[in-house]
Amino acid sequence: MSATVRPALYSDVIRERWRRPRFRGELADATASAEDVNPLCGDRVRMQLRLEDGQVRAARFTGDSCAICSASADVVAELVEGHPRSEATALQVRDILEILKTDVRPTRMRCVTLPLTVLGKALA
Amino acid sequence: MRLDEQTRGDFAILARIVNGHPLVYLDSAASSQKPRSVVEAMTRYYERSHANVHRSIHTLGEEATELYEAARDRVQRFVGAAAREEIVFTRGTTDGIGIVAEAVGRTLRPGDEILVTELEHHSNLVPWQVAARDRGARVRAVPVIGDGVLDLAALDRLLGPRTRLVAVAHVSNVLGTILPVAEIVARARRVGALTLVDGAQAVPHMPVDMSALGCDFYVFSSHKMLGPTGIGVLYGRRSVLEALEPARGGSEMIKEVWIDRATWNDLPWRFEPGTPPIAEAVGLDAAIEYLEKLGMDRVREHTHALAVQAATQLAAIPGVRVFGPRQERGAVVAFSVEGLHPHDVAAALDTDGIAVRAGHHCAQPLMRWCGVVGTSRASFSVFNSPEEVALLAHAVGDLQRALG
Repeated sequence: MSATVRPALYSDVIRERWRRPRFRGELADATASAEDVNPLCGDRVRMQLRLEDGQVRAARFTGDSCAICSASADVVAELVEGHPRSEATALQVRDILEILKTDVRPTRMRCVTLPLTVLGKALA
Repeated sequence: MRLDEQTRGDFAILARIVNGHPLVYLDSAASSQKPRSVVEAMTRYYERSHANVHRSIHTLGEEATELYEAARDRVQRFVGAAAREEIVFTRGTTDGIGIVAEAVGRTLRPGDEILVTELEHHSNLVPWQVAARDRGARVRAVPVIGDGVLDLAALDRLLGPRTRLVAVAHVSNVLGTILPVAEIVARARRVGALTLVDGAQAVPHMPVDMSALGCDFYVFSSHKMLGPTGIGVLYGRRSVLEALEPARGGSEMIKEVWIDRATWNDLPWRFEPGTPPIAEAVGLDAAIEYLEKLGMDRVREHTHALAVQAATQLAAIPGVRVFGPRQERGAVVAFSVEGLHPHDVAAALDTDGIAVRAGHHCAQPLMRWCGVVGTSRASFSVFNSPEEVALLAHAVGDLQRALG
């Protein structure tokens, strides 16, 4: 088996975002935050935002989660930071999948959507 | 001949190629695969004898009833119950616990206590929470200590006159710990508490004997022991079942009905409302016949050896942590890989055709005790081989590279 070359399990983007996240961390001056769990696996994602003048000035995430979920959270934070709150609210799953450059199996789709759900709660 | 060599050809599904590799199925603790004899028995039943049971006065109805009740007789012998009246067919382990929790629950008084353990499956936890909440009673847990064994000194401290029922797993679905059930039952009896044992992970892998365990209730599922989904067994000590008011009503559980009241049927049917899972009982009968032919002592020896091999080989890999007692254990091995989430581990192993479970295994309080969100878990059945365990260990050792 060692001789076989595995097809990459996850896309380069997922692996890069998971190993070296850009938006993981705490936001000391957050004005909104939320967290939620994935009942399937117990994964937990927390998202912190600094909202000012209708803008998402900063976004960070923390949590215990798998590679897909971590990568998704990292993308979500990047997509909303520095953008109007209205754009953040309108963020869709397909926007994230487009950046992750991968087909996610139905059994793992909740890993992608959890950070988006948490964002929605933080913006609510 | 090794047990896996003897049985492998009986499981058609094992011929599958998954992601370019022969299937290595290491998820029997979640649900086992089925030998051909089980599938054929159910097909034969559906093609020759299917009808509703008990009140059908025609040939097929009589055949179906005979097959359904014959399955009960086999279960009774298999688990060493004193009488066939003590064997109630359910929809599975969770359903069996629910039946008891609802029936015992309505007898609880404020201040009463249900004693569970920290390593229980959610299915042996939440039904008691619901029952206790409705009656002002409370659920307390015996802690897990050391490498994953029960704190028996704490058990003695927690048992008392308020304890109405003690609900424990026979084998932990995560740690593989085999609990000293007979000892726990004896101590519970001293304070007058009832006992329920969740045998979902025990019955598929070791001989169990109700007369030796002495518990009041014992529950398990067919689908984890080579049988079909949709049926399970609730063993109840006859005197206890007789004193228990059924919580669910309808059809087979009734003797006579008026508009405002009814009388109950005899045991075991009193606890079997509605048309039962008949084909599934036929399948369970065939599964037990299959296991009996192999011999449960051989089954235990084989799956135990695989679990010990897996625990040893996995623990030798840098960055891998194996949970639970090393030697005295059931047929499951939970492990974690440093820096990798259990779902990523399972997804990576799947690319090698290796099926393992990942997540919290419906045991979140135990996950907190372990200090993790979840684990990966390999579990073993009669058809698994030492070579498959070696493949697992090799693939786990290769994970860091595989995940880049």
